[in-house]
Amino acid sequence: MLSNSRFFIRTLLVILVSTATWIALTASAAIEVREYKKSDADANRGDGLAAWQKVYSVLISPRCINCHTATNYPQQGDDRHRHFANVIRGPGGKGVPGLNCISCHQSANADSTGVPGGRNWHLAPLSMRWQDANDRPLSSAAVCRAVTDVSKNGGLNGTALIKHHEEEPLVLWAWNPGLRPDGSMRTLPPLSHAEFVAATRTWVEAGTPCPPPNRTAR
Amino acid sequence: MATYQLNVNGQRKQVNVDPSTPLLWVLREELKMTGTKYGCGISACGACTVHLDGVATRSCVVPVSLVSDRSIVTIEGIGADPVGRAVQDAWVDKDVVQCGYCQSGQIMSAVALLQATPRPSDTNIEESMGGNLCRCATYVRIREAIKSASQQLK
Amino acid sequence: MRAATRLEKRSQIDRRGFLRVSAGAAGGLLVSLYLDVPAFGPEGNQAQPPKVYPPDAFVHLRPDGKILITVNRLEFGQGVQTSLPMILADEMDADWSHVIAELAPAADVYKDPVFGIQMVGGSGSIAHSFQQYRELGAKTRAMLIAAAADRWHLSPDQCRSENSVVYGPGNRSARYAELANDAARQPVPEKARLKNPSEFRIIGKKIRRLDSRPKCDGSQKFGLDLDLPGMKTAVVARPPVFGGRVRKFDDKDARAIDGVREVFEIPLTKGSGVAVVADRFWTAKQARDRLKIDWDLSGIEHPDSSQLWLKYQELVRTTGNVAVTRGDESALERIPRTNRIVAEYEFPYLAHTPMEPLNASVRFNGDRAEAWVPSQFQTMDQMAIAEVLGLKPEQVTFHTEFAGGGFGRRAVIDAHVPREAALIARRFRGTPIKLFWTREDDVRGGYYRPMHAHRVEIGIGRDGMPAAWRHVIVGQSLVAGTPFESFLIKNGVDETAVEGTADTSYNIPNFHVSAHHPKVNVPVLWWRSVGHTHNAFVMETLIDELATRAKMDPIVYRRRLLKSEAKKLRAALDLMDEKSARWRSSLPGGHAVGISCHESFDTAVACAVDVSIENKRPRIHRATVAVNCGLAVNPLTVESQFQAGLGFGVTQLMARGAITFKDGRVEQRNFDSYTPPYIVDAPVSVEVHIVPSTDAPTGCGEPPVPVISPAVVNALAKLTGKRYRSLPLASL
Repeated sequence: MLSNSRFFIRTLLVILVSTATWIALTASAAIEVREYKKSDADANRGDGLAAWQKVYSVLISPRCINCHTATNYPQQGDDRHRHFANVIRGPGGKGVPGLNCISCHQSANADSTGVPGGRNWHLAPLSMRWQDANDRPLSSAAVCRAVTDVSKNGGLNGTALIKHHEEEPLVLWAWNPGLRPDGSMRTLPPLSHAEFVAATRTWVEAGTPCPPPNRTAR
Repeated sequence: MATYQLNVNGQRKQVNVDPSTPLLWVLREELKMTGTKYGCGISACGACTVHLDGVATRSCVVPVSLVSDRSIVTIEGIGADPVGRAVQDAWVDKDVVQCGYCQSGQIMSAVALLQATPRPSDTNIEESMGGNLCRCATYVRIREAIKSASQQLK
Repeated sequence: MRAATRLEKRSQIDRRGFLRVSAGAAGGLLVSLYLDVPAFGPEGNQAQPPKVYPPDAFVHLRPDGKILITVNRLEFGQGVQTSLPMILADEMDADWSHVIAELAPAADVYKDPVFGIQMVGGSGSIAHSFQQYRELGAKTRAMLIAAAADRWHLSPDQCRSENSVVYGPGNRSARYAELANDAARQPVPEKARLKNPSEFRIIGKKIRRLDSRPKCDGSQKFGLDLDLPGMKTAVVARPPVFGGRVRKFDDKDARAIDGVREVFEIPLTKGSGVAVVADRFWTAKQARDRLKIDWDLSGIEHPDSSQLWLKYQELVRTTGNVAVTRGDESALERIPRTNRIVAEYEFPYLAHTPMEPLNASVRFNGDRAEAWVPSQFQTMDQMAIAEVLGLKPEQVTFHTEFAGGGFGRRAVIDAHVPREAALIARRFRGTPIKLFWTREDDVRGGYYRPMHAHRVEIGIGRDGMPAAWRHVIVGQSLVAGTPFESFLIKNGVDETAVEGTADTSYNIPNFHVSAHHPKVNVPVLWWRSVGHTHNAFVMETLIDELATRAKMDPIVYRRRLLKSEAKKLRAALDLMDEKSARWRSSLPGGHAVGISCHESFDTAVACAVDVSIENKRPRIHRATVAVNCGLAVNPLTVESQFQAGLGFGVTQLMARGAITFKDGRVEQRNFDSYTPPYIVDAPVSVEVHIVPSTDAPTGCGEPPVPVISPAVVNALAKLTGKRYRSLPLASL
């Protein structure tokens, strides 16, 4: 027993020491890596965060955020009110039988009747919600986390994100949103599409940095 | 003006209209098929509902230029479908209609629901019929008729 | 029948009431009944000389056995195209499966026997035509029996009728179709025996509607569906402020569209607009969108909702024209303030928005005209068209089309919609013109249920009952300045603004009701159940508040407060209590019961609702409603009217259920900004119970509407502790 406990204590000490060493080594390595990044790409990260803010400003503009809801309904209009006629998300974000998104939204804008359209019109999944349950846009940090979480964003890595912003028809629609029923054109996002794609690229090349949470920076 | 070939209730129809003309008006005025109704023109009421390739669609907002060769089924043709016939029969059996103006659209939406969900729950019914307006508010009997049609189709 | 015989017959007939019979060209019995009731129509109150009636008026017995019954009412959902024929068919002993029905065109013979004009409204179709249709049926039966009796050389007492057959002793029988020609030659009986209610075989039964199938297969035609060879469609650009005028307009872009026929200014009831006539609706609409119109909006009031509320709130604090006063006006002052309730209510303008937008079609041929209108007011509409075209009313053949709802919107004294159509048709002699109001035109086009403010001060007695009641109502008059003024406005009070309060069934002492009728530049109109829409809301929510203060059950309280002579209402209240007691006492958490009862248009209704709050809105899980409408001619129609009528009534509670004005302009435009109830807003299930009765039938069109809003709000008050005195209901 005494001999067992001695053996036990010795083993424990070895484990503890090796763990501590491992921690020290990896910590210094991490610190080293961070310090490396800090020095060389501090400006890069700064640029990346600034670029993200630009991207964020587009994502939370009505043409985009109206379909990235946290609720079971889309929004419409610049004031982002709940979509009329009780249209709802449905199991796949495509509405329900009898009242699908494509019951009204066709593959192109219908300017003569004021209904916007684009290929495969549907709601972004709840994992891609950029609002809270009270229809308030999430913070820059929260949206950044959502957009960079590959388990939630449809498996898009940085390169794929650029491509998504550049080519996805429903994204492109935001810059060709068509006429309202009263004949006026829908408001465009705050940046041009080219600026949006460029900002996305800058942000991705900086490693898709996200602002820290709980700082306002909206 | 442009010429379009349309597939309506299984028949080929040719029309010559302004491309921006909503399908609703092509049906009503070119083809004289007035069963599909105008209630609002902004897809808020559902009175104009037809099926395009089996999908319930609000024809008042779909310009004819976007229809292409999709098959169009209207209230005049839905009775040829067993679900359509069951729904119409249930509507008559349950004495659903009052003024009746919205009912073409209600029936087309209900058929779409039952085609996808043969045994709809109360929630299914409310969600799928949620965008069809009835100013007479015959909703209580619409619910009953959908359940009845579902039973008949078992 | 030879023309001479027709004239002879007519001259023999007593002007006070006669039955004219003639044989149709293809054979068959045609029957009409004319009641010469002095009308308050525009021609004055004298008895009219006999007019030429259309050959077939009410019953046409066709040689193929079908019985075509003509209905003197618009069918716009209430089911009258089925229930009026039921009445006639029963007294006629007709086989119901042979009956078909059509809507009567405009003609004197189809006037409402009580109101003296052809119309539908005031929930009066059955109430006013019950006796009329019974007599028509009974006299037709008498003539058929007389024809058989003659054939068999028997007396009529030896014959009986059943299911479209006359039977005689032995094995004698003759079908109505066979007898029709002979029956036409019979003298018209002065009187005919009406059935004892116990003999009814059709009246009182749940009979399915005759118009169901066509309304389910797309074949039913409504006014908007009219299609005639060469027809053109017209839309009108109307001023953004009521009464505005066209100063000038540029139609170059409009006319450039292929298919546009004409663009021209037309006078409106007030001000003017620009008409666009085209081959197709879509063309006309696009052309109208391209018009550049310079409107003259000077010299007219620009209504503004916030300013109107300020004015109404001021007015409602002063006594208006007295509607009713009983007891001691100063009684209120003697009641301590702690025992008083002071309540101010606000009700917005409401649009009717029937599903089928407004329309009228007219063809002018110079010396004649033809019109197709889904009309609630055929006499007025026909006259207006005739006036515009320089014709006499009888020169206008006026067809009554099926209507996609109405709710009062298609009964307009100034007949502005048919007038517009006629003005346009006048420019296109020989061409049928279909005038088309878009939904935007409808939502913005006026003729709303007026805005109202109420102020009520109640002094509560020690027993918890009201001991004094002072009530001021502010709202535009519906009929001031119209021919209806002389019998609807008394002492400066428009009865339609105070009905439901002034004539309350509650036994309230020291009761004082007065009204102000400001003039506002907004055209107003009766909206299904009219004054009861707001008066029932005020009364039933206040009664509930009093019951709560007195710690009494709301049903018990009402029973105690109702006048003993309010028998119909008491019976409805008792039946509702009985039928809902079980579920009312076993509601789940988060649910509450709301009670209301109200009598309108002689029909008494009591209602209990089960309400919870979901997504910040009232969710009406269930309603039990008891109806006392005398004899229910078709209990299925009654059930339908109440199930659906409650849903219609929810219009008043909808979050976007208000028409508002800013700088003269209506702020709403379509169902996205003025939103009526969808399926999720209406009660999920409604059980209707009819108080058994053989009293004369009273109407069911409007009575369901006033009870639902107060019942729901009474339930909400239990859930939230708040009182809701301003409609529509904002987010909860």
